[in-house]
Amino acid sequence: MIPRNARFWTGAAAVIVLAVIVSLSRANEYFFFAGFVVLQSVVLATAWNILGGYAGYVNFGTAAFFGIGAYMAVVVINATGAPLAVQILAGAAVSGLLGLGTGLLTMRLRGIFFSIATVAIIFIAETLITNWRYVGGATGIQLLRPPLMEPFGSYTRMLFVVMAVLAVIAVSIARYIETSWIGRGLQAIRDTEEAAECSGVPTLKLKLFACTVSGALMGAAGAPLPMYLSFLEPASSFSLNYSVAALAGAIIGGTSHWLGPVIGAILLASVQQIVTVTIPGEINVLVVGVLLVVFVVAAPDGVLGLLRKLRGKLRRPRAPAESPS
Amino acid sequence: MALSFELLQEAVLFGVLLGCFYAAVSIGLSVSFGLLDVPHVAHPAIMVLGAYCTHLLGRYGWDPIAAGVALMPLFFILGVGIYRFYYETFEKRGSDAGVRGLAFFFGVAFIIEVGLILAFGVDQRMVEADYIGRSLAIGSFRLPWRMLVAFGVALTLTAALTLYLSHTFTGRAIKAVAQDEPALRLMGANPVRIKQWAFGIATAVTALAGAMLIIVGPVEPSLDRVYIGRTFCVVVLAGLGSMTGTLAAGLILGISESIVLMTFGASWAPAVAFGLLLVVLGIRPQGLFGR
Amino acid sequence: MNISRRNWLSIAGALAIALGVSASPAQAQQPIKVGMSMPQTGSLGAGGKAALVALKMWVEDVNAKGGLLGRKVELIVYDDQTNPALTPGIYTKLLDVDKVDLLIAPYGTVPTAPIMPLVKQRNLLLMGNFSFQVNHTVKHDMWFNNAPWGTAASWFDGYFIAGQKLGAKTIAFLASDQEFAQNLANGAKELAKNGGLKTVYEQNYPPTTVDFSSMIRAIRSVKPDLVFVASYPNDSVAIVRAVNEIGVGPDVKLFGGGMVGLQFTPIMESLGSLLNGIVNYNSYVPGMNYPGIEEFLQRYSKKAVEAKVDPLGFYLPPYNYAIGQMLEQAVTATKSLDQKLLADYLHKNEMKTIVGPIRYGPDGEWATPRVVQAQFRGVVDKNIEQFRQPARQVVLYPDQYKTGDAIAPFEKARSGK
Repeated sequence: MIPRNARFWTGAAAVIVLAVIVSLSRANEYFFFAGFVVLQSVVLATAWNILGGYAGYVNFGTAAFFGIGAYMAVVVINATGAPLAVQILAGAAVSGLLGLGTGLLTMRLRGIFFSIATVAIIFIAETLITNWRYVGGATGIQLLRPPLMEPFGSYTRMLFVVMAVLAVIAVSIARYIETSWIGRGLQAIRDTEEAAECSGVPTLKLKLFACTVSGALMGAAGAPLPMYLSFLEPASSFSLNYSVAALAGAIIGGTSHWLGPVIGAILLASVQQIVTVTIPGEINVLVVGVLLVVFVVAAPDGVLGLLRKLRGKLRRPRAPAESPS
Repeated sequence: MALSFELLQEAVLFGVLLGCFYAAVSIGLSVSFGLLDVPHVAHPAIMVLGAYCTHLLGRYGWDPIAAGVALMPLFFILGVGIYRFYYETFEKRGSDAGVRGLAFFFGVAFIIEVGLILAFGVDQRMVEADYIGRSLAIGSFRLPWRMLVAFGVALTLTAALTLYLSHTFTGRAIKAVAQDEPALRLMGANPVRIKQWAFGIATAVTALAGAMLIIVGPVEPSLDRVYIGRTFCVVVLAGLGSMTGTLAAGLILGISESIVLMTFGASWAPAVAFGLLLVVLGIRPQGLFGR
Repeated sequence: MNISRRNWLSIAGALAIALGVSASPAQAQQPIKVGMSMPQTGSLGAGGKAALVALKMWVEDVNAKGGLLGRKVELIVYDDQTNPALTPGIYTKLLDVDKVDLLIAPYGTVPTAPIMPLVKQRNLLLMGNFSFQVNHTVKHDMWFNNAPWGTAASWFDGYFIAGQKLGAKTIAFLASDQEFAQNLANGAKELAKNGGLKTVYEQNYPPTTVDFSSMIRAIRSVKPDLVFVASYPNDSVAIVRAVNEIGVGPDVKLFGGGMVGLQFTPIMESLGSLLNGIVNYNSYVPGMNYPGIEEFLQRYSKKAVEAKVDPLGFYLPPYNYAIGQMLEQAVTATKSLDQKLLADYLHKNEMKTIVGPIRYGPDGEWATPRVVQAQFRGVVDKNIEQFRQPARQVVLYPDQYKTGDAIAPFEKARSGK
């Protein structure tokens, strides 16, 4: 266990150090724009997986938590002009509270009912923001970036490093949950909630915890968005795309291990970024669709499942060929 | 704004028509998701596909309603095919079909959307018919024929499906499959075949809903995204699998939206509709008319 | 703080220019790259695709003449899916990876807004593309919008003046709860107040609204003189239908104003006679004889049919072709691709385009806006070609293009004669 832990933390530190080094290098500016989006989807998919993968509660409202996080950052900017770190904390706090509220819903709602309730939260949140003039309302709000912070050469480079740190934090939290008793409790909830309850698992507490953490991380992922875009408007901030991307990233990667959403999100977001600037037009939308269908049909346990199968085959090279049926 | 009694009356009346529209776009889902537990998020995409097919037939002089009816057998076959594929890849393999099924249908929805873009372009498409743009005058009230079509489609489909499910052998078998699949299997019936049939019916019904959709307003390939939230909202509010419940849930949404519009302003309508859903789910998780 | 930022900006700007200049002689024979993102899917996709046909025509035309500065012109376009979250990445890619020489903005305000700080920071020329007041906060002095409007006044004035002639005292507003429509409606409300009009009804509806019967009914019950609508294509269609079904009553003199979509051929064709009587904004209507526009529209029509886009193309395409013409004129005159020189030229000179001569004000919008308010008349069902006739859209404003007075009240104009 200890060497594994050490390996993880070395890896995590390496990711952050690497992000800082790259951001200080002369690497192309575009890399940071695309990298920011990829890392953002890593945070979202990882956050989604804490509730959706471990506990089996499919949250469809990622867009709500993400959008609220982004708009809380706008509130902080408008009200105090406080720096990015405060914006992220505010976004995480409010989305975490929203997550807690969503967690209360799980007391009564299971399965698809829970998912539909989370969809409703997106529309309610979007309507509230659309009618709130202070954060721009329906017209959107144009924001001016604050002066640069040393030693970063551009604001986007800094945001890239910030998002890398957020991704590492999100993954560490997910890994901690997965390997601790909390993760085992959540898994028990996913398998059979009644049985878990009967055998003494504090199901409600665990679910509330998972919802809150998941929501807070999604909010944190959204908070840097206003500064990334220098502009924010409700329709695109609460886009269902974020919900689908978070869920798709986790499923494509594999939901049972913290590495799954990381792999899936990186894969999906990179492909989307590449497709956007190479293949013109509608094929963009098609890529997500085809990837989703192919993966859930051909690789039900995601990339991780595929790798595991592959490793199993390599270890037992002389295993009898599977029967075609 | 002063809210006169006459205006309130009219708000309710328009709300009823709007509610019927919501019920009509949701009733196919009420069968596929409500009765069969298939997480069919591609339902609105199939409806938009139906709308485009109606538009295509409209170019050859077909009346949109006739086109919708004519499309039903084709969509029935499409539905059977989709369910067959879904069954083979997910249900047959085991229990954890939920999330993956969801992701699968999202993929299907995106693929349909792109297919429509490639075939028709991204422009808004409409149909023309004599009753579009005209209204029925009753006293001082004017009721748009478009919305009356929605009213008719919703009532017909609700009545037909309710009767079908309670009075025919297959219909009762569909209900039985929803309630207790193993029992049905023990009785020697083939639940997969019954579900396949039911999914076909749900898809056929969706074709007609698509025709109604394009009668009511213009369609574009990405329109399905708007209806994912609304249709699931109606079906869940109703309580899974209840056809009359679906109609009632649609009406509740339509009327409340219409009254909110007259009082607080239209921009609050979505929050009220979905807030209502949350409240109902909080109090009665099985929906208003759930089993 | 501010000073240090400005310093940094100017250093960065100088660096960018220096790099650009020092790089260019080495690649003298390489094509001149013009880069942009264009919404080709999503809510603005229909307009974007039509606009793109026109821009590609300009590239073909300019290359047939031997290119710019002796170099071929190459257009690099990506699809931003009408998603503002994608445009900053795309434009950085265009600048830093594709190394484009000239930039054109995507169609629409929302996709453009996030790239404004970027171009300002890097001191780049940006040709705007039918956005509305997007330079309002950022105040970039190298921004040039091709749209014939400036503030909300450029839309509302024509409508307001036509209303005044009819003795209008009250007004109702119906606006989509989205970016552009809200900006326009807010501006118009202010102007109405200043102009002495009493606002008797205002409604912001969400973009997913299906049925407008109740809103039209409510408008009928308050009996306004004018109804100003700021809507997007889908809602415009639904509103026009609801107006024909429910009726707005005999008191309404003018109806329309800022309805996006009633300029798009597929929509005009489908609505047909339901359009009659509506007074709406336009960028071009047949009969406005700018040199070269008719020839352009004829060529465009052929290509548009192949590309399955708007076959008449009155709204966006000529103005997108004009972007190309302006770039061509500025580059040829300055014999340079230097962003600052080009911007100076665009500020100081009159641009000759197929949408008429354009002069820019200090904010990069047209010095004299030219939004046309026209009334649909005598439109019949199922006929595309009728819209090529000037008589179908009678220009009420501005005076230089005026072809008639408004028929009022609206119900009379609607039923024809």
